[in-house]
Amino acid sequence: MEILGLSLTLLVLFVSFGFMVGVLFGFFGMGGSFLITPTLLLLDYPASVAIGSGLAFYFGTSVIAVLKHYDVGQVDYKLGAILFVVLSIGIELGSRLVFGLEALGVANLVTGVAYVVLLGGIGALFLRRAANLEDEDDTGDEDVDDDDIPAIGQKIQSYTVPPMISLTSGGRASLWTISGAGGSVGLVSGLIGVGGGFIRMPAIYYLIGTPLTAAVGTSLFAGLFSGAFGTFTYGMSGSVDLTVVSLLLVGSALGARIGSAATTIVEEDDVIVYFGLMMVLASLGIGLSELANWLGTSALDLVSVFLLVGSSFAVALMILYQVVKTAGGDDAGAQPAADGGD
Amino acid sequence: MIESVALPAPIQATLLVGVILVQAVALYAGYGVLERVATPLIETITDAR
Repeated sequence: MEILGLSLTLLVLFVSFGFMVGVLFGFFGMGGSFLITPTLLLLDYPASVAIGSGLAFYFGTSVIAVLKHYDVGQVDYKLGAILFVVLSIGIELGSRLVFGLEALGVANLVTGVAYVVLLGGIGALFLRRAANLEDEDDTGDEDVDDDDIPAIGQKIQSYTVPPMISLTSGGRASLWTISGAGGSVGLVSGLIGVGGGFIRMPAIYYLIGTPLTAAVGTSLFAGLFSGAFGTFTYGMSGSVDLTVVSLLLVGSALGARIGSAATTIVEEDDVIVYFGLMMVLASLGIGLSELANWLGTSALDLVSVFLLVGSSFAVALMILYQVVKTAGGDDAGAQPAADGGD
Repeated sequence: MIESVALPAPIQATLLVGVILVQAVALYAGYGVLERVATPLIETITDAR
């Protein structure tokens, strides 16, 4: 039986996958398109359609995120507008690079390798952060300073090459720094079809030097427009599967509400290590898929799908389990998740 | 993909962005209404147990 040109199994898969990604998005504050695009690649969608649909899904989730954060988040509109321009240029360059790589027949390989590196790197960062949190718990050090800026961030922030831009939150940043940070994030977004929130928000926070709350709000604002631009760019070549995006959004809009509510009742420390593991397993899944392609065998495909989709489902189910468990008891009052972006 | 409409590519792409925007707003609003209706119902059931 087919509905909307998809088998019932695929239809249920997309809605439920969207739901699980939505739960993760609501909880961790990340768009989740970095899970959507590789999943579509594994389901044999062409690279440009997988990336275009991933960006369109990201745009949809960004709209929902901005609506949710409208009253809460701080947004530096001037910085957001500049970032939108440089992000758009970066995305345009990235998408042209994808089409060029497709013409060379290596687009899937390059995007796959980029995913392995990115997801693995993010996973490692989260696991490191989890390990640091455990160390702080062991030493009894409760004074966790979220405003600590790494030395390289401080160094980049110290550059005062004119023209300088005044930030709404106070302070000034070089237009070159903003352009460099935004353009690089946009290039990665366009190249591998991710919204880029998980690298854009830290880039705004660490490199441009806004407060964390302003970085989250500004990242969402800039991401909304860059997501729309990415959707438009890939939509021009018909590389967005609206049916798939719609099904994913139906699931993710509900999941995001539940995930967002879960941040107030689930301990972030309990979940962060699993999120890091999920990223590393997803990275391994993509790596296996690329290896299978290289070896010309489909024997590893099932394992790679299991690692990629199964790991995200496992973490989302764990969050849902914690919500149900807490709803059944009275042990609410956990800390909200600190991460945010889009 | 919006394939059935024979329109220039920029207009099709703009329509695509508009459709996703409207869909996201509708889903946000729809689930918001559902949440408002469902929350008291769940609380009533939970309290009754």
